Amino acid sequence: MYSRWLQVARESQKSDWSDLMESEKQEFTITAYTENHVGLLHRITIIFTKRKINIESLTTSESEVEGIHRFTIAVTETEQQVIKVVKQIEKQVEVLKSDYYKKKEVVQQELALYKISTESLTSGLDVERIVREHNARFLTIEKHFVVIEKSGFRRETKALFDELKPYGISEFVRSGRIAVSRERDGIGKDVEKILAEAAV
Amino acid sequence: MATAEAIEESTKSKPKPTKRMTGAEALVQILLQENVDMAFGYPGGAIMPVYDALYDHQDSIHHVLARHEQGAIHMAQGYARANGKVGVCLATSGPGATNLITGIADAQIDSTPLVCITGQVPSALLGSDAFQECDVLGISMPVTKWNFQITKAEEIPQALAKAFYLARSGRPGPVVIDITKDAQFGEFDFAYEPCTSLRSYVPKPKLDHAKVKEAAELINNAERPYVLFGQGVILANAEKEFKQFIEKTGIPAAWTIMGLSALETDHPLNVGMLGMHGNYGPNLLTNECDVLIAVGMRFDDRVTGNLDKYAKQAKVVHLEIDPAEIDKNVPADIPVLGDAKESLTELNKLVKPNSHEEWLQRFRDCDQQEWEKVIEEELHPKSDVLSMGEVIRIINDVTGGDHILVTDVGQHQMVACRYSKFTKSKSNITSGGLGTMGFGLPAGIGAALGAPERTVIAVVGDGGLQMTIQELATIYQTKAKVKVLLLNNEFLGMVRQWQQLFFEKRYSSTELINPDFQQVAKGFYIPTAKVTERKNLEKAIEEFINYDGSYFLEVMVGKENNVFPMVTSGSGVAEIRLE
Ligand SMILES: Cc1ncc(C[n+]2csc(CCOP(=O)(O)OP(=O)(O)O)c2C)c(N)n1
Ligand SMILES: [Mg+2]
Repeated sequence: MYSRWLQVARESQKSDWSDLMESEKQEFTITAYTENHVGLLHRITIIFTKRKINIESLTTSESEVEGIHRFTIAVTETEQQVIKVVKQIEKQVEVLKSDYYKKKEVVQQELALYKISTESLTSGLDVERIVREHNARFLTIEKHFVVIEKSGFRRETKALFDELKPYGISEFVRSGRIAVSRERDGIGKDVEKILAEAAV
Repeated sequence: MATAEAIEESTKSKPKPTKRMTGAEALVQILLQENVDMAFGYPGGAIMPVYDALYDHQDSIHHVLARHEQGAIHMAQGYARANGKVGVCLATSGPGATNLITGIADAQIDSTPLVCITGQVPSALLGSDAFQECDVLGISMPVTKWNFQITKAEEIPQALAKAFYLARSGRPGPVVIDITKDAQFGEFDFAYEPCTSLRSYVPKPKLDHAKVKEAAELINNAERPYVLFGQGVILANAEKEFKQFIEKTGIPAAWTIMGLSALETDHPLNVGMLGMHGNYGPNLLTNECDVLIAVGMRFDDRVTGNLDKYAKQAKVVHLEIDPAEIDKNVPADIPVLGDAKESLTELNKLVKPNSHEEWLQRFRDCDQQEWEKVIEEELHPKSDVLSMGEVIRIINDVTGGDHILVTDVGQHQMVACRYSKFTKSKSNITSGGLGTMGFGLPAGIGAALGAPERTVIAVVGDGGLQMTIQELATIYQTKAKVKVLLLNNEFLGMVRQWQQLFFEKRYSSTELINPDFQQVAKGFYIPTAKVTERKNLEKAIEEFINYDGSYFLEVMVGKENNVFPMVTSGSGVAEIRLE
C-alpha cells in the first residue's frame, strides 16, 4: 500500500515538502500493474483527461507477473500532479499497484519504423550508410519499399527520421515509451506479494 | 477479457449447489441474498425481464416507482444515507440510464453506496446504434467506483457479488451494472456466493501504529488543537469513538456539511460548521490552531477557501481511509491511513486526558460576535419578513432535534444545516460535493422509506423543488411520510445573493415566477398549508410535523435575505465576513 509517493510526502516536513519536489514540469514515466479487464484503459485515461494532462504515450503489455498487465504512461508534468495521478490510478479497483519514475530512474526505449521506397535505397549507398551509422536495421526489403527499424530514445529515432527525410519517408510510426525501473526489484515484486497474500 | 472466468480469477468463490433459472430471476435472488428490501427505479424495454422477475417477489422487495430516473437514484441515495444500507436503483437502457447520471455523480463525490442496474440492448446489437442503445459503461465510468457490463446470464452472480461488495466496502461509492437483455433472458445454473475480497482492491489500508503514536504525541503536546470531522466518521460508524476522542482530549470539533450530525449539536465541544457559510469561530480559528486533526474529511475547497491562506501555521494530522485524499489539498504532517473507527480506537488509547478551556473560550467569544451580527436576527428577526432561520428554529423546538433533515441546494440548505439541531447520527442528508439541485425531495422520500421510524423533513427551495417536483406523485403512491418544507423566496436565492454581492445586483435570470405550489401539492393529494405571517408559523409547523403522513408546508420567506457569514471565493478562511 505504501508506495514511494507516500514516502516522499512523509519524509519531508509539511511546510517544505511541496518545495522539495520540483514544481517545474518534467518527464515522468508512470507504471501500473493491473488486472486485464475491459474498460480499465478508459478508467485510467479519464484520470488524466479530468486534470487536462496530456498523455504523451501509453503502452499496455503483459508484465513479468503471470496474468497481470502493465501500463506504461509517459507524461510531462509536475511531480506533485504526478503523485496525485498515481494515487488515483492505484485507487481504481482493478489496479494492484502504481508508481512513477523520473527520467534518470528508468531505462527507457521507443521503437520506430520508417518506410521508404526501394528505389531510394538502390540509387546510392547513402541510405545503407545512414542505417548503419544509426544502429538501425532493415526489417524487410520488398520490391517497392523497405522498412527500417530503430529503437532508442526519442532524439535518436528523430535523428534518423531527419536524415532519411530527403529520401522520402512514405510512412513513419513510433511506439509509446516502454521503460523498466533502475531499482533492483520493480513494483512487480510488490504485486507478487499482494497476489501471494490474496491466495491464502 | 471481462468474462465470468476473469472475474472468478479475482474473487474467491467456492462452488455451491446450483439451480437452473433465468438471468433476471437470478438477479432478484441475489438482491434477496444481499438483504435488499427496497429498490428504486423506472421500467422500460431493456430491463423488462428484471421487472417481470420482481413481480413474483413484491412481498420481499418493495420496488418504488419514481417519476423520473433522477428521482429514483436520489431516493436510493436518501435511503442509503438514512439507514446505512446499499441503495439499489433500476433503469432501462439509453435515456433511463442517462437520467441516472447526475445521481451517480452525486453519490460518487459524497461516497454513497449504490448499486445501479441498467438494462442494455441485446448483446448482438451492441455497437449498432440500436433503439435506446447508449454507452452506459463509458458514460458512467468517470463517476463510478466500478462498473461492469454483463452480456451472459452466467456472469450475473459474480458481477453482482462484486458490485455489492465494492459499493459498501472501504470508501463507499456507486457501482453500475449494465445487463444486456439477452443476459436477463438467458438460462443458467445459478449459485451465489457473496464477494468478500478482491486481490486488486484494498478497502481499508492497514493501520500504521507508528503513525498513530506520532499523532498522539503531537496531540498530547498541542496547546491549541482543533478537530475537523467529516462523513468518514459516519461511514465508519465511528461516532462513539469520535466522541470519546474529543471528550478525553478536550479538543473543540467543527464539522463539514457531510459530517453534520455525527456529533450532537449541543455537545459542549461541538463548535459548529466549517466552510463558506460555516460559523465564524470554526473558520477564523483554523488559522490559529497549532495542531489540526482532520477526521474522515477531504478538505474540499468549500471548506478551505483559498489554500494558500489555509492553516499554514498548523501541524496537520489526517485520519483518512482513502490514500488519494492524503496530501491532495492540504499536506499532512502525520497521515493516519485507515478506517476512522480503528484509527480512533487506537488513538484513544494513547491520548492523554486534557482540557483546553482557554482555547475553547475563543470559539465561544467568536460565537458571541456571530450571534450579535448574524444569528440573533436570523433566528429572531425584528423585521416583519419571515426568515429561513426562524423556521428552522421552530422545527428544532418541535422535534427536539430528533428528526432527519434532508435538504436541497441553495440558501435554504445553508441555513437549515447551520441552524438545525441534531441528537442522532445519520440525520443530515444533503448533496454536499456536487451541490445537486433537485436532490432534496426525492432523497427525502428515500430517507423516509429507509428510516420509517424517524421524522424526515425535506427542506427545499422553490428553485430546486421544481427540478424533481414530479416525485410528489411518488409520495402519494408510496405513502412515504416525508415532510416537505418549501422555503419560498421566489428566487434562485443563492445565485441572487452572489449577484447582489459580486455582480452589482444584476439579477440575471434568478427571479422565479412560480406556480401556485398549494394547488400543485393538492393536485398530488398531499395535505398542504402555506404561511405568510409570523403569527401563524408555529402552529403550522406543529401541524406539519405532528401530522401522521406526508405534508407539504410552504413558508414565504424574505425575498432578498442573505446567508452570512461568508468566506467569499478566493479569500482565506480567516477573512470570513460577518456581513
Ligand atoms: C442542478 C443545478 N443547477 C444549478 C445549480 C446552481 N445553483 C446553486 S444554488 C441555486 C439556487 C437555488 O434556488 P432555490 O432552490 O430557490 O434555493 P434558495 O437558494 O432560494 O434557497 C442554483 C441555481 C445547482 N446547484 N444545481
Ligand atoms: Mg429560492
